[in-house]
Amino acid sequence: MSAPLLEVRDLCVDFPTRHGTLRALDGVSFDIAAGEILGVVGESGAGKSLTGAAIIGLLEPPGRICGGQILFDGRRIDDLPREAMRLLRGKQIGAIFQDPLTSLNPLVPIGDQLVETLRTHLPLSAAQARERALELLRQTGLPAPEARLSQYPHEFSGGMRQRVVIALALAGEPRLIVADEPTTALDVATQAQIIRLLREVTQARGASVMLITHDMGIVAETCDRVAVMYAGRIVEIGPVRELIERPAHPYTAGLMAAVPSLSDAGARLAQIPGALPRLGDIPSGCAFHPRCPKASPRCVAERPELALVRRTRAACWWPIVAGPAA
Amino acid sequence: MSAAAAEPGTVVAQARDLGRSFALHTPRTDRLLSGVAPRRIQAVEDVSFTISRGRTLGLVGESGCGKSTLGRLMVGLETPTAGSAWVGGLDVHATLAGPAGAARALRQRMQMIFQDPYASLDPRWRVGDIVAEPLLEQGVVAPAQAPERVAALLASVGLEGVDVRKFPHQFSGGQRQRISIARALATSPAFLVCDEPTSALDVSVQAQVLNLLLDVQRERALACLFISHNLVVVRYVADDVAVMYLGRLVELAPKAELFGAPRHPYTRMLLAAVPDLRGPQPGRAPVLGEVPVPLVPPPGCAFHPRCPHANERCRSERPELLAEGAVQVACHAVQEGRI
Repeated sequence: MSAPLLEVRDLCVDFPTRHGTLRALDGVSFDIAAGEILGVVGESGAGKSLTGAAIIGLLEPPGRICGGQILFDGRRIDDLPREAMRLLRGKQIGAIFQDPLTSLNPLVPIGDQLVETLRTHLPLSAAQARERALELLRQTGLPAPEARLSQYPHEFSGGMRQRVVIALALAGEPRLIVADEPTTALDVATQAQIIRLLREVTQARGASVMLITHDMGIVAETCDRVAVMYAGRIVEIGPVRELIERPAHPYTAGLMAAVPSLSDAGARLAQIPGALPRLGDIPSGCAFHPRCPKASPRCVAERPELALVRRTRAACWWPIVAGPAA
Repeated sequence: MSAAAAEPGTVVAQARDLGRSFALHTPRTDRLLSGVAPRRIQAVEDVSFTISRGRTLGLVGESGCGKSTLGRLMVGLETPTAGSAWVGGLDVHATLAGPAGAARALRQRMQMIFQDPYASLDPRWRVGDIVAEPLLEQGVVAPAQAPERVAALLASVGLEGVDVRKFPHQFSGGQRQRISIARALATSPAFLVCDEPTSALDVSVQAQVLNLLLDVQRERALACLFISHNLVVVRYVADDVAVMYLGRLVELAPKAELFGAPRHPYTRMLLAAVPDLRGPQPGRAPVLGEVPVPLVPPPGCAFHPRCPHANERCRSERPELLAEGAVQVACHAVQEGRI
């Protein structure tokens, strides 16, 4: 594997509130190699979107990075001035969000939005930018792109809008795309089209993707590696098949077992007792211990760090060592 | 409860050629000046099915296909523009519009669980009051007995006695959905409509709520209409599955048939599009096109623009839902033996 394109080192994010400071991300570290698709999964509130927002420099105040580093191509980007970050975002790092309507300006035809983005990041004439915009739309599989250029976002269906957003994210020829739940608002059939598109266009360009999602099925068919987050920390990270078939962390195992599947005949779903803790009272030691079937006094007292268990790294004192191939 | 006395296999809920169309708002000036006729959108058309005691019918389809409208028609939250909905041998809309006593008796027998547990519980009511309301409103128990019943109901969905004093905001999404279930069970209904009950929940919590729903449905032998866009979830809870496309049922089959040998090209497409964690990973089948706007449904079979098997007949003549053994399917290609 070549030198990582993105390195996140011990990232911490705080939210100061009236009732004290909440630590929303606590020591998150991972890499993304050039051309790699990393999935980030977890339940609502686990911190996956926050990690993505911190990387693209779009943390919502009062949230702030209070520790750690983010390196892009070996260069620190977490302390860049706002303007420098704005140029980096869009040019080097593209972003795709869940709701395509909020990513598009409702008052501007999509052709103009694409041209504006292209000319912000690339030295193109208006005519060249228009040509390029058409080409991008064509690549994203939008039918009749010439006619579509002059249309407004409300004239598009959800799937078509997300194609436009992908075209926008690709406009600056980024080397990394942060996609936060890009298909969650879409129907399953449209979802399949968009995921396939995302994989194709990034592969063709050799771009890396950080794919944030709560859908394990999408991760299984799209990603090279996957990081599982729980209560603001990565609890397990590793190659996708390995992590799904032989999870080392009890939370990963529980999560995978809870996903309904078309290919197993089980009449009852496995369930994890309890719910994700609130940020205000994250349990001591391993945050998962109150819900964990293997919890011991050590899990209550001491926080485990990520350590290699077979081919994945898991933060657990009692990782599942000999798991059956699911 | 009369449902408890009914034999297994008794039909509890039935849709007969059920239809609902909505008038689209046309600006008055347009109507006056250019004589634009008010347009109607057909949300549900010609839907028929039965659900027996102790059975769950899963209803799947993409957003906007009319599945929620169908659910609301079944419990009388919408008025049909064609056909009728029947629960426990009574025409739902005629009964609800009729004498108060009969309407009240019918309301006790059908309940609904909604998708968003944040919107379906009154934030200013305590949980005990939320669950007691249907009991008292329907006169199921005397006020003095209500607390005891509420405690039993909450216990049956895995909540604790102390929870009666709390407000909805003190609960997580999964727990709120448990409260919704307790409220729905309060009047001992025979028929339960669940409209995407787990779509707003995380996977681990979804599993808890699905298992709970399965348990109460079996214990009480409820007839259940389970609406979801998620085929995999439906596979866990349903006995039979109906697939809806642009307001019409395109396939209705026992679960094993539908998942083992899907007939309609749309059902096959939906199944091929499901991402599967544990299956082989060949990548999902490419799916063509999107759901058309229901305002101008395609002529003939509404699915023909996306269908790989469409021919001239499909473009002009609408296929009827025809039975073939236990399976009903509306497709010319299937009926002609082309696929």
